[in-house]
Amino acid sequence: MTTPANVVNVGADLFADAIADQAVAVTRVDWRPPMDGTDADLATLAADPLRRTANERALAAMLEVTATLVDVAPASELLGLEPGQFLHAGPPIAWERASGPLRGALMGGAALEGLVDDPEDAAALFESGTSVSLEPCHHRSTVGPMAGVVTPSMWMFVLEDAATGRRTFCSLNEGLGKVLRYGAYGPEVLTRLRWMRDVLGPLLQKAVQAVQDSGQGPVDVTGILTQMLQMGDEAHNRNRAGTLMLLRDLSPAMVTSGMDSADVAESLRFIGGNDHFFLNLAMPACKLALDAARGTEGSTMVVAMARNGTDFGIQTAGTGDAWFTGPAQLADGLFLGDYGPDDANPDIGDSAITETAGIGGFAMATAPAIVRLVGGSVPDALATTRRMHEITLGENPRWTVPVLEFQGVPSGIDVTRVCRTGILPQINTGMAGKQAGVGQVGAGLVTPPAEIFPKALARLAELARERAAR
Amino acid sequence: MTTNHVELRPGAYADSVTLLQVSRAVQGLDGVLAAQVAMATALNVEVLTEMGFAVPTEAGANDMVVALRLDDAGALDVALAGVDAALRDANRRDDGPAEVAPPRTTASAFRRVPAGLALVSVPGANALVEAMDAVEAGHDVMVFSDNVPLDQEIALKRAAAERGLLVMGPDCGTAVVGGLGLGFANTVSPGPVGIVAASGTGCQQLLTLLDHAGVGVSSALGVGGRDLSAEVRGLSTREALRRLDEDAAVELIVLVSKPPADDVAAEIREYAGSLGTPVELVLLGPGEPDLTAGTEAVLRRLGRVVPDWPVSGSTAERGGGRFLRGLFVGGTLAGEAKLIAAEALGADAGHTFVDFGDDAYTTGRAHPMIDPSLRLDHLARAAADPETAVILLDVVLGHGAEPDPAALLAPAIAAISQPVVVAVVGTDADPQGLARQIITLVDAGAEVHLSNAQATRRAIELIGDAR
Repeated sequence: MTTPANVVNVGADLFADAIADQAVAVTRVDWRPPMDGTDADLATLAADPLRRTANERALAAMLEVTATLVDVAPASELLGLEPGQFLHAGPPIAWERASGPLRGALMGGAALEGLVDDPEDAAALFESGTSVSLEPCHHRSTVGPMAGVVTPSMWMFVLEDAATGRRTFCSLNEGLGKVLRYGAYGPEVLTRLRWMRDVLGPLLQKAVQAVQDSGQGPVDVTGILTQMLQMGDEAHNRNRAGTLMLLRDLSPAMVTSGMDSADVAESLRFIGGNDHFFLNLAMPACKLALDAARGTEGSTMVVAMARNGTDFGIQTAGTGDAWFTGPAQLADGLFLGDYGPDDANPDIGDSAITETAGIGGFAMATAPAIVRLVGGSVPDALATTRRMHEITLGENPRWTVPVLEFQGVPSGIDVTRVCRTGILPQINTGMAGKQAGVGQVGAGLVTPPAEIFPKALARLAELARERAAR
Repeated sequence: MTTNHVELRPGAYADSVTLLQVSRAVQGLDGVLAAQVAMATALNVEVLTEMGFAVPTEAGANDMVVALRLDDAGALDVALAGVDAALRDANRRDDGPAEVAPPRTTASAFRRVPAGLALVSVPGANALVEAMDAVEAGHDVMVFSDNVPLDQEIALKRAAAERGLLVMGPDCGTAVVGGLGLGFANTVSPGPVGIVAASGTGCQQLLTLLDHAGVGVSSALGVGGRDLSAEVRGLSTREALRRLDEDAAVELIVLVSKPPADDVAAEIREYAGSLGTPVELVLLGPGEPDLTAGTEAVLRRLGRVVPDWPVSGSTAERGGGRFLRGLFVGGTLAGEAKLIAAEALGADAGHTFVDFGDDAYTTGRAHPMIDPSLRLDHLARAAADPETAVILLDVVLGHGAEPDPAALLAPAIAAISQPVVVAVVGTDADPQGLARQIITLVDAGAEVHLSNAQATRRAIELIGDAR
């Protein structure tokens, strides 16, 4: 037998020293005990003959998807959403437990739909609960940033996987500051939403259809993501390049749409002036990719991370529609104006779908500007992306990070690796004010509550034991 | 008195994140009630206005606004200096990228360096997870960890067998792979022998005796003490035999094990018979030859001369005790001594053979080859016991073992009035140096053997003299 070229040593360091003394290379694993109470479940899953191939299939399915922008239309048409039906971000929640920003967005949404004249009157409507219903966006192939409230009249982006025809949906981004998704519902918020409904939505629909019908085919959202990651965007808290590339693709068709030129100009100004406009395309593109992995029996890959402002929930490929939830955390970051930590609501929004797909906080290395949100440095950004590789199944060959020698972004969060290492997914996020109506108060970094990963692990292990007993 | 200060800095620019950071830094200064340093975009002007600052109407998106609320106008100079310092600090550069953090899992390590094999010595409850990483990445693995549940051992070995990979262990203390010693391993020359061993110190005894006889060993592959049980059925033994059979340098394979479960023995014998390389079985247990006799059989089969196994030094004068006290760090060496003593003196004659490497002694502490303190403690007690007639010890050298075991034992041995016999398992090329270890022990008053069986027989002889 030949002498090994390398020994991976995990455990006692003296054995690594002994190998180094014999002039053979040693790779030392910085092993630490796993999260409390997970030893047996981790061993069960390590021994599960299905796990490895299931994870390979789940990851491959996710990486295969190409998301294209095929339509823009109202939620009533696309999702069959009816008056009184509200979608929201995160795992399921009722009004009683809803946080300030989610309540504010629901109240604004009720006014937008004409269910009440004054948003303040909507609280009673939701308290009675008789004529309204709440449902997670994720249950309708949809994702919503921050509060994520979707009402029937809101126009939605439609993303499609050309290979399968599967679709996902997301509302149009309103910009920053006092906006519905941050829980603001003042007159300026509703005025903007009505303009988006009456002008921006229909114009985008015409433009998207015209681009699709032209020789160039539909806008390749996955392709734009590939490019923007090389231009300093991580596609969660920074979408500047992506937004401009979208404008590049849509503006000729907007100009020639035949719609009023003042409306076109205002729309171009609105999109170009909103660095986050592309976020609402990045998110459904990520969901489209991750949904391809759903329902993979035996897979321990996370397919959704989402927050409703009260709970943080995850879903995995191998556990069907079950949510594993814990309390949403407060972000660590910087505050607008004279807002401070006491003003911030716990983490909220479906936008952590970007991290679930390997971008956002996971691609921090490609967007070093974002790390300053917590007073970090460029080395911190590189270290964060590298650290996320410790908890993911693989790399995305399309989405690469130039400064890391074009290494693919860390993709496919593995519940077992999170539990083994105690490394939690790093999420870049905006912060909503905890009082309904306030709007955005800051931005920063946050992680899920640690306990949801052992919860998901326990269920995955339970299913593996059932399979073994069959 | 509270004062507002607003100034425009046309043409100055920093990104919004930097400015948030600057604002936060300035807010922390003495005398500053509120601070907002921002580009004068419409949104920021709105925020500033809400905060009660009057922003000049000419302010545009390319101007930086510094807005400060001070508890006294006298604090202005300090506050503005703070703004400048914070802007400077925000643009500081660190000294290049940070060092890359080490991998946290075995899977991650193999992703970085996809070569070689894994050596796992984490607690037994966590060993399967790490070892499975190696197997799934297509690498052989040695599991030093003990206390690995049997069903996990089987799952690991089945996964490895499907991929043609070798699992050494669990509870594998010693391996030599292509000349590289892993775990507790002696340094030996390459040669015609390949070893498959279900016992760590048994393997080491064979390695060191063959080395003394001038016969090298290409590889010594541990398989773990349960591999030939009825449950595991030799999954690793088969793969280890196959590997050594493929190795052109190996002329004779030696399989060292406790007697396998009956039907497993037949399966393994049949498999061994199908190989191109001859296989010599060295079985450990009642009625079987000891390790030294097994080594002699190997030498004869190779057509080599069987040497006299070396002895150095002489023991102290015999005292009045009745019992042999064996204090071992090697489990197989303890077992061998116990068997030999039972045959010579009877099984229940009151002589004791303690293995300090047994689970009962290692839970929550290092193996005695690394941490000798527990055995030293028991050695002092045995020496103080008037019933003790003879003390029998082993000293195991090699990679991984403590750097100078003889030096630690010597003062204790020198203080003992009873005869002390020591089996030293080591080679001249071991890091501790066999000759140096022997001299130290001899100088302390011990009689030192290379063969554990021979050392045991000598101790028994001394008991006989004492009776």
